[in-house]
Amino acid sequence: MLVVNFLLLAAVLFCIGVYGVIARRNAVLVLMSIELILNSVNLNFIAFSLMHGNIDGQVFALYVIAVAAAEVGVGLAMVLMIYRNRKSIALDELSEMKG
Amino acid sequence: MLAAETLVSGWFLENAWLIGLIPALGFAVIIMFGKHLPMKGAEVGIGSMAASLVISTGAAYQWVQRTDAADSHGEEAAGLISGFARSLAPHAAEGGHAPEPFVEPVVTTWVWWQNSGLEFGIGSSVDGLAVLMLWLVAFITLLIQIYSVAYVRGDRRYTHFFASLTLFAAGMLVMVMAENMVQLILGWEIMGLCSFLLIGHWWEDEANSRAALKAFFTVRVGDIGLLVGVAIIFFGSNQWAVDNLDSNGFNIAAIQAWALSGDPSATNWVLIAGAAALFVAAIGKSGQFPLHTWLPDAMAGPTPVSALLHSSTMVVAGVFLVARVYPVFWQGFNIDDGGLSFIAIIGGITIIVGALLAFVQDDIKKVLAYSTVSQLGYMMLALGTGAWLAAVFHIFTHAFFKSCLFLAAGSVSHSGSHHSFDMKKDMGGLRKPMPVTFAVWIVSTLALTGVFPFAGFWSKDEIIDNVGHHGYTFLFWVGLIGAAMTAMYMTRATYLTFFGEPRGAAAGEHHEDEEHAEEHEMETLTVGAHVKTLSAAANIGNGGVGAGDDGGLSDDGGSGDEPHAADGDDHGNDAGSDHHDDRGPHESEMLILVPIVILAFFALFSGFTNATPLGEDWERVKTYVEPRAAEVPIDEYLASGPGESLTLVIPNAEEGEGEDESHGEEAGAESHAAGGCGFETPEPGTACFFPSLTHAEPTISKIFLSLGVVAAAYAVAIAFNVMYYGRRNKRLFGLTERSRSLRGGYLFLKNKYYLDALYENVIVHAVAHPIANAVYWFNQHVLDATVDKVGEGTKRTGIWMYDNIDQKIIDGAVDGSGQVASEAGHALQPTQSGKVSQYGALLFGAAAVFAIVLVIVNVS
Repeated sequence: MLVVNFLLLAAVLFCIGVYGVIARRNAVLVLMSIELILNSVNLNFIAFSLMHGNIDGQVFALYVIAVAAAEVGVGLAMVLMIYRNRKSIALDELSEMKG
Repeated sequence: MLAAETLVSGWFLENAWLIGLIPALGFAVIIMFGKHLPMKGAEVGIGSMAASLVISTGAAYQWVQRTDAADSHGEEAAGLISGFARSLAPHAAEGGHAPEPFVEPVVTTWVWWQNSGLEFGIGSSVDGLAVLMLWLVAFITLLIQIYSVAYVRGDRRYTHFFASLTLFAAGMLVMVMAENMVQLILGWEIMGLCSFLLIGHWWEDEANSRAALKAFFTVRVGDIGLLVGVAIIFFGSNQWAVDNLDSNGFNIAAIQAWALSGDPSATNWVLIAGAAALFVAAIGKSGQFPLHTWLPDAMAGPTPVSALLHSSTMVVAGVFLVARVYPVFWQGFNIDDGGLSFIAIIGGITIIVGALLAFVQDDIKKVLAYSTVSQLGYMMLALGTGAWLAAVFHIFTHAFFKSCLFLAAGSVSHSGSHHSFDMKKDMGGLRKPMPVTFAVWIVSTLALTGVFPFAGFWSKDEIIDNVGHHGYTFLFWVGLIGAAMTAMYMTRATYLTFFGEPRGAAAGEHHEDEEHAEEHEMETLTVGAHVKTLSAAANIGNGGVGAGDDGGLSDDGGSGDEPHAADGDDHGNDAGSDHHDDRGPHESEMLILVPIVILAFFALFSGFTNATPLGEDWERVKTYVEPRAAEVPIDEYLASGPGESLTLVIPNAEEGEGEDESHGEEAGAESHAAGGCGFETPEPGTACFFPSLTHAEPTISKIFLSLGVVAAAYAVAIAFNVMYYGRRNKRLFGLTERSRSLRGGYLFLKNKYYLDALYENVIVHAVAHPIANAVYWFNQHVLDATVDKVGEGTKRTGIWMYDNIDQKIIDGAVDGSGQVASEAGHALQPTQSGKVSQYGALLFGAAAVFAIVLVIVNVS
């Protein structure tokens, strides 16, 4: 029962994150949404770790947090550069990658 | 009762491969850094040989321990067994001999090469024979290198000399410790190369480089036999070795076991072909009769090289090869039946041929060279008649006294006769100025001629005795006659060198001395050059005269076949450091004397290591070196891994079937004992590694017979020399120059039976030239035409291929694939919108689809 609550919370957070990534135009908000996804995964890890009495999941969550911090660092730097060049961080205006 | 006992091994036995590796590394060091070292590389050579000597001494000691341990277990087991075995097999117990257990070699190898299940290693396989040879080679090479420091001092290729000498020893050591035939070939070829380098050390003189080439090519003729023989034996034995010993047809132990296995694959014809091919190799390397001609020419090298070549390395390699794979020869040539084997015949011929040639040589080193040929004949004779132990023991003793004789001859020429080796022109009366050299020469001459109690007596007498014992009466007399002839020609050489009036350089009669003294004082290059022109002028003026009384002039270049002829070139720097002053002959320096004195000591006493007539306790070489002819259970043999200590079962103790050796002797068997290894097929599941040999019982009458023959020969020879040369030593007119028939015989010998002429004029010119012409014609008309036609055809095919296949099919395919890729890319282009959110939606959508698929798959 306890675990189910955790998993539900994580699923909700995940869905919010996915919605943010897909629907938001603001690049900073997209980054924040990605953080939400990652944290929902972290929650899953810790929940399963508790359920099985195995410490591995928690250790893995620590790694994910570290990777997320690095990722946000890189992402924010990119957003900053985009803002300086274009005075805008709206993602739908960025279509230079169009094939 | 399986009395499995762990045999004693040891560090030295397991790491015996270092004995060969250290000199090989020493060679590399000398070649790379030798010239910058304080002693120009000599110290590296001597150091590496000393290290090898230490390790091989340790290995020998541990091998003795190992054998003792095996024997003591064998005796215990035999004591238990003989109680009930007595009724079953009375002969086993009667002799009171314990069955001698087989002592396995200590093998340490690494995989050298492997391919499709066939692999062979490189490393060491140490048994009694290997230990004996390793120690011998390391010991003799060390002494010869020490000697060389003084002897070749100032030589222009001093460093290279030591490098080659060290590699030479490494080659022999690698060969001796070989566990498989491939490693044996490796060592064999290294030696062949080094002998070429060393014989041609002073290659500026054309005679020397010709001699080097001759040695190389003559030995190569034999080497073909080696390759063919190894191949025949490999294909013959491989299947048996794989099936029974988990080994292959290169493994020497497997070959030995296969030859004695009585397996259908070990048919007579395979064995005869293999043994004959291998024996051709031994003929080439060991200077046996038809191919002995390279050996005397090898005297063109520096004297230490001759000493090394003729004692412990190179020439005994052939004998070693036969001794190593002895079962193949044993079965192939039917030595077990007492048949007159090919090896024995060749050996007997070589004894007489070599000894006869030694009579007519004026060059002291050539006398010794033909003496070596003759002594190698003894070894082959012994091997060919089943006297394995006597042959190996003769290798051992012969190495000491022959290297001692060569080094003494070198000492004579170095300090006594001014680099001449001509006994008639430049020697005589040298016993007074060179007492130490004279003493060691006498000791080793007595050893060579087989005088009691010197080394040669024990070994050569044993050979002759065993040949007679095995029923070869004719060859027995050949051996005795050879011994008498040895005594005679050595007396001649001794007399001409050390007795009588000094002649030529020995009398200090050469102009060269004063000039050298002058050079010694002034030590300027210009004077040296001046001396060279002077001596060159002297040589031109003196060329072709070469008579005895003015030989002093020509001793440095007048005679064309003189190895040291170009003395002004070879020893140009020599005079300064050589203690040459204006007195003539003098004793050599300590660096030369110490090695020969040590060798003389061994020439005197080494015979006591296997003094058969003194009783069994003296037969140490037999106990520790001769492989035991015992049937070894194969699974026990397989248990031995590289470098591990080995386990052993007392062979056949449970069957009560003892060693037949004692039985054979006791029954007074005329030739060979019946039964035992080499006579019967080994029991299933066991293997023999050595045939069961019998040994002659020494009898007083035979000893006195051989001693009497030698003594008589000495008496005759001394009388002749004193009467003949003593009266006429001023001008040495030969008897041969007055008697027509003797002259004919003399010329026949002097021209070495015209074998060289046969090889060079008849075989090379008459056979090789037509063949070369035929080959050339074939080359021009058949091969070239074929090549042209083939080329034309190829060109046409190529053009057609280019037009049709290349341009149309291959190019079309390449172009088509490019176009397909391009079209597909354009078709997929619209999916790349560049919008991040769209990419994210695709990503998550795909992830969701996969997740759903995963769930469905897992649930259902």
